[in-house]
Amino acid sequence: MTASYFDLVGFGPEGWGPALATATFITLAVALAGFAGGAVLGGLLAWARIAGGAVIGGLAQAYSTVMRGIPDLLVIYLFYFGGSAVLGRLAALFGHAGFIGVPAFLTGALAIAVVSAAYQGEVFRGAHAAVARGEIEAAIAIGMSRPQILRRILVPLILRYALPGLGNTWQLVLKESALISVIGLVELLRQAQIAAGSTRRPFEFYLTAAALYLLISWVSTRGFALMERRSRRGVGIAI
Amino acid sequence: MTALQTKTPAIEIRALHKSFGPVEVLKGISLSAHEGEVISILGSSGSGKSTLLRCINMLEAPTAGEIAVNGETIRLKPGKAGLVPADRRQITRIRGKVAMVFQSFNLWSHMTILENLIEGPVHVHGRPRGECIAEAESLLERVGLADKRHAYPARLSGGQQQRAAIARALAMKPDVMLFDEPTSALDPELVGEVLKVMRALAEEGRTMLVVTHEMAFARDVSSRVVFVDRGQILEDGSPAEVFGNPKSKRFRAFISS
Amino acid sequence: MIDLAFLRETFATLVSGVPLTLQLAALSSLLGAIFALLLVWAQVALPSTLGRVARFYIFAFRGTPLLVQLFLIYYGLSQFRPTLSALGLWGLLRDPYWCAVLALMFNTAAYCAEIFRGGLQAVPAGQVEAARAAGFSGFLLFRRIVFPIALRQALPGYGNELVLMVKATSLASTVTLMEITGLAAKAISQSYRAIEVFLVAGALYLVLNVVLVQALGLLERRLMRHLAR
Repeated sequence: MTASYFDLVGFGPEGWGPALATATFITLAVALAGFAGGAVLGGLLAWARIAGGAVIGGLAQAYSTVMRGIPDLLVIYLFYFGGSAVLGRLAALFGHAGFIGVPAFLTGALAIAVVSAAYQGEVFRGAHAAVARGEIEAAIAIGMSRPQILRRILVPLILRYALPGLGNTWQLVLKESALISVIGLVELLRQAQIAAGSTRRPFEFYLTAAALYLLISWVSTRGFALMERRSRRGVGIAI
Repeated sequence: MTALQTKTPAIEIRALHKSFGPVEVLKGISLSAHEGEVISILGSSGSGKSTLLRCINMLEAPTAGEIAVNGETIRLKPGKAGLVPADRRQITRIRGKVAMVFQSFNLWSHMTILENLIEGPVHVHGRPRGECIAEAESLLERVGLADKRHAYPARLSGGQQQRAAIARALAMKPDVMLFDEPTSALDPELVGEVLKVMRALAEEGRTMLVVTHEMAFARDVSSRVVFVDRGQILEDGSPAEVFGNPKSKRFRAFISS
Repeated sequence: MIDLAFLRETFATLVSGVPLTLQLAALSSLLGAIFALLLVWAQVALPSTLGRVARFYIFAFRGTPLLVQLFLIYYGLSQFRPTLSALGLWGLLRDPYWCAVLALMFNTAAYCAEIFRGGLQAVPAGQVEAARAAGFSGFLLFRRIVFPIALRQALPGYGNELVLMVKATSLASTVTLMEITGLAAKAISQSYRAIEVFLVAGALYLVLNVVLVQALGLLERRLMRHLAR
């Protein structure tokens, strides 16, 4: 007799509940790590384009054009196979032969960071352009040093203007994280795949995975909306 | 010469030139402001009067010339757009003594009014926060904004924002205050409340340089009127002299327009 | 260091995947756009229950990864094989090509519906009123006035979505289709030369997308002639 859906995804002896819960956590962790890395790299890209001059700014622009023009999956393959090729060559120097796998979590987070940096860079650049020049002048006129202006005025204002764009990028990153299943990281989609294979009930498991992604996405939409409302207090009434 | 003018000038501008690309906006301006003077700087738009004011605290990089504040000449070095401050410490100290009020207020939009006021004293002067808050609150009282201290700038009217910006400038305890067209961005009915605050500051003997289009302010409140035209000073004297007996045709045309 | 012969060989291999990539992108974009129009229509013209169904569809497909949608269709539906066979749909749903087209189409339809709806909402009410005053109504009003304006408003967003679609076809490689990314993955696993293969595959996608963006730019300039000085 076939198990009911709730036995299948539940937390009972036959249930996949604990595994799915762990996998959801891994999805969140890899997406967050990639997003944070992308924010740092994106910040650098934006800085390069704002203050970097023709050559460095042009390189940053080329980077974001290229990254937004090629499939994310390809980048993930590059990091996974490219990383193990490099490691393999290093190992060969020490007399080790054969394929060396790179840690999937690290590779995945790195790939997400590298791709999402292109989007986040654009978001930060737009936010920087939205900061009123006069607010910076007021800070100069009052005698603030450049690091002070950056820390006390520019960065807080940029973060406020960037929030909606960052929310969109986070949604992209969350969905992109599912691609990391192809290199074997047991995140939500990979766990659903494993469960589907072992129970021969793929429809229920993929649907469950979809529902969990939807839940995360919905909760983060609400979270970002809340943050935007909080931050908007200062930045004018109607945006 | 009066006794007042034998002292070191609060601001001394010597042969100031400024070009934007091929356009020469300031053509060798020299001007001294002494302690307690309220100087109205008049001129049509594009005359260079705002640029002159912005060069005083180096918001604009002059092409040539010197600026001294309380007898201390700002050390300059060549930069991208012109001469830029050579000594970061010196310019920070001088900017702390010369406060600026902008046409578009330029309050920091992510801070409340009170936070705007204490930002400079706490982070530039490094003074204790509690002390600064007490001072800021009494300043807000003076400009009539005590009830708005926890509001964000976007919630205030233009006139309220400009009064807050003046209070922010005062919080730095400046020796000299620069006003760059402080009422030009305001609706006509809000101009009066800002001028009232400025008149009170003039009456307590503050040194002020005011770029303005308000003829009544120039005539009634200021101790001296300077008329800038095409990058040069054409008139400089007491309001009675300048308005009563203008030397230049261009000023006559300016006040009759 | 650069092995030109290998690059040339890889290029020859990967370029043979271009037709499949383009086919997947074009077919699913076309079907997706039609489906998106239905979704918009359901939201603006049909009873509110159907509108709500359309809204939930858009929410669900925009909130979940495309790869999950693809696996749900390709692997998930196999659970209902007897029923689907009886309905005559199994032939279609057993084929990875059609599963990829379906998944891409369902996915892009949700995004396009939002873009189209935004375009419609951006049509100025005054211009519609002017048309009504001139005697336009019903389909004629839509065809001559509303649609041309909405199209111009929606075009930049739609262009973006088309680029995303070209990139999204790469997921078809996970269900065994040998388009550019599928061929690239195979080439990597045979040669272990990830970086070179990546360069060639990346360049191919870049060229496709640059051509697409240029073509869209041309179209946009033609449509925006009225704003030119």
